[in-house]
Amino acid sequence: MNWTSWLLSGFLATLALSTLLSASQGFGFTRMNLPYLIGTFVTPQREKAKVYGFMIHLANGWIFSILYVLVFEARHLANWWFGALLGLAHALFLLTVGMSLMPGIHPRMASEQHGLNANRQLEPPGFMALNYGVQTPISVFLAHAVFGAILGSLYQLSRVAA
Amino acid sequence: MPKDGQTSRLLPNQAPHNAAESVCVPWPQIEDYGIIGNCRSAALVSRQGSIDWLCWPRFDKPAIFAALLDRDCGGHWRICPVGSATVERHYIPDSNVLETRFTNQSGFAILTDLMPSSSRASRKRILLPDQEILRKISCDTGELELEVEFKPMADYGKSKVKIRDYGKLGLRFVVGNAVYWLRSSVALTITDGTAYARVSMHAGESLRFSFSYSDQAPSVLPPLDASLDDRIDQSVKAWQNWGRHAAYGGEYRDTVVRSALALKLLSYAPSGAIIAAATTSLPELPGGDLNWDYRYCWLRDASFTIRALLELDYWDEAEDFLDWLLRATSQTQPKLRILYSLYGDKAPVERELEHLSGYRDSRPVRIGNAARDQLQLDVYGEVVDAAAQFAFHGGHLDRDMQRALIGFGDYVAQNWDQPDEGIWEPRCGRQNHTHSRLLCWTAMDRLIRLCERDVLRGAPVENYKRISNLIRRQIEERAWNEQMQSYVSVLDSDQLDSSLLLLSWYGFEDAKSARMRTTYRAIRQHLATPEGLLFRYQRQKPEGTFAICSFWEAEYLAMGGGTLEEAQQLFAQLMKYKNDLGLYGEEIDANTGSALGNFPQAFTHVGLIGAALSIDQREKGERQLAHRPPAAAEHPSSEVRS
Repeated sequence: MNWTSWLLSGFLATLALSTLLSASQGFGFTRMNLPYLIGTFVTPQREKAKVYGFMIHLANGWIFSILYVLVFEARHLANWWFGALLGLAHALFLLTVGMSLMPGIHPRMASEQHGLNANRQLEPPGFMALNYGVQTPISVFLAHAVFGAILGSLYQLSRVAA
Repeated sequence: MPKDGQTSRLLPNQAPHNAAESVCVPWPQIEDYGIIGNCRSAALVSRQGSIDWLCWPRFDKPAIFAALLDRDCGGHWRICPVGSATVERHYIPDSNVLETRFTNQSGFAILTDLMPSSSRASRKRILLPDQEILRKISCDTGELELEVEFKPMADYGKSKVKIRDYGKLGLRFVVGNAVYWLRSSVALTITDGTAYARVSMHAGESLRFSFSYSDQAPSVLPPLDASLDDRIDQSVKAWQNWGRHAAYGGEYRDTVVRSALALKLLSYAPSGAIIAAATTSLPELPGGDLNWDYRYCWLRDASFTIRALLELDYWDEAEDFLDWLLRATSQTQPKLRILYSLYGDKAPVERELEHLSGYRDSRPVRIGNAARDQLQLDVYGEVVDAAAQFAFHGGHLDRDMQRALIGFGDYVAQNWDQPDEGIWEPRCGRQNHTHSRLLCWTAMDRLIRLCERDVLRGAPVENYKRISNLIRRQIEERAWNEQMQSYVSVLDSDQLDSSLLLLSWYGFEDAKSARMRTTYRAIRQHLATPEGLLFRYQRQKPEGTFAICSFWEAEYLAMGGGTLEEAQQLFAQLMKYKNDLGLYGEEIDANTGSALGNFPQAFTHVGLIGAALSIDQREKGERQLAHRPPAAAEHPSSEVRS
């Protein structure tokens, strides 16, 4: 495993992922503000939550990219399309399992079953995060496919160089 | 029209109905509305407990409730007793939290309406929605049957919304990229875009509602438990802290503070801009076509506004407003437009909303404003005078501000003798308006004074002095009609308008001078009504009397144009035309005393504050209009404020 390449490609891929998701929100494809969603795990302050959320997301992206790299190594296959496929699988997991678990694990999130209280006031994402906009799944799939494609491409390049 | 302490009866409009068949409540009078807001957006609430106007997320965005402009398709949110009830309402003292009290034969209930405000400390502790309206109705005595009808409409009533029930989370609908949540402590039935409930309340019971907006997810859904009461209390305290800061201890304190609170509601906190009014197309004459969109920022109000803010000691607001004036307009400097959007962009192109009937069939309903392309040379004087007042009161003008002011001065020096549309913005071409010349003179005069006090550096003072003299001579010679023994509104004409009273306000002509006294007499003779109100000009089309002109008159009298008693008498007369909440529109119907035009109007409230300040200063023997040069010389900036 090429650790330097993982660090660099994981960082760049996560930046691309964050940029695409932010752009999706800015262009009105989705209301989901991922840094805000993540940051409210640790603080109720809106602006700080976005900053913390961005940093946590960056760290998450790096950590997740290890899994991608492990799959590349295990399959002896690293290229853009294989990375993109992994990204799509990742997004599917996130949208189905991850989002449905969110009201249970997010300390400030309400749920449709239990309603809300003084501590839990955030709107839950719902199935496939559709509560955050009907095009949210498309944005998430696209961003994660790009994340995987960048990882795959850069990791492939590093192996060729090595 | 309802006055202080008076009550009115609701019409028996609420027969039991299917929510899909929306009840048409008859048109309220314009003055039947109260305003709530959060310095970003505002809602108008009728005496019937109906929110008939709301634009989110800011003043100039499309309305989600617009029953103000169309009873059928505009959209509204009404909470009120079924059947007849008497209504009394007031703001909780010194706040913008509205209470409407319904009484009928069976009971008494209080409806509280507000857009909550929060302290910095509470924003650190709790999550808050981007925009929110809180409503709470409590049955105080007996038993009341209430009706709740929530009928939002997208894009100024253009299309229905699809409301979905999310169970314990509340009701939700999406418009464009924004999500709206209605949380209610009573179950609502959804039918065809309307949520409805009819409920019996007994003494001690209350219903709570939170309606919120968000354009980013996840939205915040506030609980409807006791914390809602805490948030109401916090908002009341926050407003009261602000309102009670007003440095005015005169006879008209409540009225002045209410006007300051109304002005604050019309300010846009993120940029410091202050809009002219929260509404569009409330007519200057019911059934007429003088219907304009006032949800933008006019520079012509700048000097009066900053004077009101500074003399009431609202320094933060004055500073934000001046900052907005000089920085938001930077895209066009040294030229100035007459109006700007909240962030200093060009106001939108004017267009008509043909699907709306208009208030009492006053068509067309317009959004955007075509005056954006007009030329008004008075705005330069307004902005320069605003900056000069700020400096004379001790504020600091940084280098960028100084550069901007010199740019305006140079522009005025080159263009002061051009015809323009003038302060009243008629859409009939340009003329040589005396008021515009007066403000060009004001610009020159204030810049000279700022240079003399070394507040402004690098300006071509000698040129400004030369231009100032030229303008003065032109006004004295060509704006004076010897035959009429009066100043006139257009050079070499015989026309009159009420803005001539401002010749004294800006320091051009002493209020006691023979010329001003005869001009005042001519204005009274040609523009006044028997009730003591003033039209702004000699009308070609019917319209109401212009409220601020009467306050200018009161101020002119207080400044020496009349006796103190005359000024007080007129001011007291004008107080009769405020609504039961202390709010004014742009105009007053000369026949009925009803409010006309967009509501509430910042210009009018600024005029009221100015008149009250001048009367108070006259009463105390203090120098009036402290922004004018002589006073400035007495209060060097370094001694007053650093």
